[in-house]
Amino acid sequence: MSKQDRDTKRAFINARLLDPSTGLDVKGALLSEGEKIADLGPQLFKGGVPSGIEVIDCHGQCLAPGLLDMRVHLREPGEEHKETIVTAGQAAAAGGITSIAALPDSSSVLDDVAAVEYVARRAREAKMVKVYPYGAITRNLEGKELTEFGLLTEFGAVAFTDSTKALANAQTMRRALSYAKTFNALIVQHPEEPTLAGGVMNGGEIATRMGLSGIPVHAEIIMVERDIRLVEMTGGRYHAAHISTAGAIDVIRQAKKRGLSVTCDTAPHYFCLNENSVLDYRTFAKVSPPLRSESDREAVFAGLADGTIDAIASDHSPHDQDSKRLPFAQAEFGIVGLETLFPLALQLYHKKALSLLETLALVTCKPAKILGIAAGTLAVGSPADLVIFNPDSPFFIDPEKFRSKSKNSPFTGFPAQGKVLRTVVDGRTIYDRATDQN
Amino acid sequence: MTTYAETIAAGLNGHGHLLGIEGLRADQISYLLNLADGYVDQNRAVKKTTDLLSGRTVINLFFENSTRTLTSFELAAKRLGADVINMLVASSSIKKGETLIDTAMTLNAMHPDVMVVRHSDSGAVKLLSEKVNGSVINAGDGSHEHPTQALLDALTIRRRKGDLYGLRVAICGDIAHSRVARSNIHLLNTMGAEVRLIAPPTLLPAAVERMGVETFHNMKEGLEGCDIVMMLRLQLERMQGSFVPSIREYFRYFGLDQEKLAMAKPDALVMHPGPMNRGVEIDSELADDLDRSLIRTQVEMGVAVRMACLHALTQGTLNEEPAA
Repeated sequence: MSKQDRDTKRAFINARLLDPSTGLDVKGALLSEGEKIADLGPQLFKGGVPSGIEVIDCHGQCLAPGLLDMRVHLREPGEEHKETIVTAGQAAAAGGITSIAALPDSSSVLDDVAAVEYVARRAREAKMVKVYPYGAITRNLEGKELTEFGLLTEFGAVAFTDSTKALANAQTMRRALSYAKTFNALIVQHPEEPTLAGGVMNGGEIATRMGLSGIPVHAEIIMVERDIRLVEMTGGRYHAAHISTAGAIDVIRQAKKRGLSVTCDTAPHYFCLNENSVLDYRTFAKVSPPLRSESDREAVFAGLADGTIDAIASDHSPHDQDSKRLPFAQAEFGIVGLETLFPLALQLYHKKALSLLETLALVTCKPAKILGIAAGTLAVGSPADLVIFNPDSPFFIDPEKFRSKSKNSPFTGFPAQGKVLRTVVDGRTIYDRATDQN
Repeated sequence: MTTYAETIAAGLNGHGHLLGIEGLRADQISYLLNLADGYVDQNRAVKKTTDLLSGRTVINLFFENSTRTLTSFELAAKRLGADVINMLVASSSIKKGETLIDTAMTLNAMHPDVMVVRHSDSGAVKLLSEKVNGSVINAGDGSHEHPTQALLDALTIRRRKGDLYGLRVAICGDIAHSRVARSNIHLLNTMGAEVRLIAPPTLLPAAVERMGVETFHNMKEGLEGCDIVMMLRLQLERMQGSFVPSIREYFRYFGLDQEKLAMAKPDALVMHPGPMNRGVEIDSELADDLDRSLIRTQVEMGVAVRMACLHALTQGTLNEEPAA
């Protein structure tokens, strides 16, 4: 960063300032100086903006901390035909996301210092959104030997997960939770008992009618229940990813009441869609865990509304056409989500389940707190990572317009509300709808 | 968003395909069965061929091994005067799926009028049907549907019992993995029969009662008062411990013999889609008992039903409005 960049002052005026970390919701202005937030409030620049400060007029629209998406598959290195750090960054920026947490992949398992360092360096070079790599819990995601939690944390790993593989061995999970306490590290589980999860969609009537093998909800519930017993036993910090079932939400709700260090997230498709989306063998709706029944969808929505679910993450999983245009059982699992995370999260606000600030918290300060990342707040001195948006602007989702290299979304034609107008990272605008070609 | 019913209806009938029984109306099923009745007579005559499909091309594209279904479709097409090509693509030799669409498009360029397709994956035949111009007949896709089997079963029953309406039909065995069971459930329910499923819980798929059937885990209870007993083939690989513990235990509790059949109506008839595992799901003598077993008639009806399907799809008569 040049000296000029470091000193640049930018005034974001005529804004509705929204800070979910403090509950601030007020008309006013914000000043960034270099990479940081220098000042904000209703009185700021009341008498005009002094010369020498770049002015960004928000025209009364919302100004909030940029989003943190805590579950993203980058596909780089290894599967650059599906997504790269650059294209994921562009997609995230257009989606109002300023920070992403990158999951290990089969081609890039992030189980050693070099791999974690590589992702962090490539992200710095791309100069788009901030990328925080996860470390793998076990070497090569094999569920056997633990990785170097301490060293990986030093080199930037924000938490540990075996990504889309459940850590099935109870003894290994016990040791991971236990050993992680040394470094106050968080263990993130793909909660699914693998011996019950051999199917390709939710178990039930639709799977039976379609002749597809089903994954029962119990695959998720059993793993969450077991893990919570291990958390009780070890005192470790545990996070259950992409919760999709009413049963698992109940289990987590009870665990929280008992005071255990347990958090969880879900993805928009688990509260916007149900298993009917796979009818007609639509592989774009094939995802792991699978889309569930309508009563599970309602339970996920309710779990977000009552605070049992702590965060919403896209679980962005890019796949090219060749991986999806297959018989259902052979197609890959996964949905792209960077560009739909924000408008779909706003469904909670539009359906009056949560206030706008509470909704924002699920994609900003709450996941930031879980991962221990300096993001998701407008506090003075914080990074000037911002999003300017109109929460009400309606549109139909069109995956063909995504910046992501892959278009595997089941949300084609889905009516949504909420448009990102500008995305700012460290004071620099990385997305501006006014100059957007799409 | 389209409704479930619209989705099914478009997928099955919209492009002149026969992809499944689900979504077919009773009058469409009756039309096919009536048409097939006529072809039974033709097949019993000395001269078995007509020239209805003269100049038309039928490709039998089988990604899964089959002898009787393939032979049946081949004969059906030849007896209607069509040119027939059989393509047998062993599933081991194709690289996963991508070649399914490639194969479909390649064959489509040769302008087949009908493609008869069998594949080991549920939904694969529908996927293929979206890429071709001609009609597609599903000859079995995974555990999903096998519509011509259900039609030939229905024709067999109708010719012996006069009507499907009001009959009590038991389907016994490996329902979970059976496309024959699913197609038969749809057809029998549409035609007003009462459907019972009899199997150990490990061989029943989740929430199958929602398809309009009653389930039983005891053969004698389930068979009570039945007019028709349909036995399903139990795949050998499913008998080795994970679904059922052993052949002898399976046969003892779920194999059909004279003693269990005695619980059904005195004139109850026995069916099996073949190939049979004698002494596993059905007693060998019972299978050969011409008074009770319809197994050979089913094979005969198979050719006639497939002729009717080829007829209806190529002449575009399946979707005509029923006569007032």
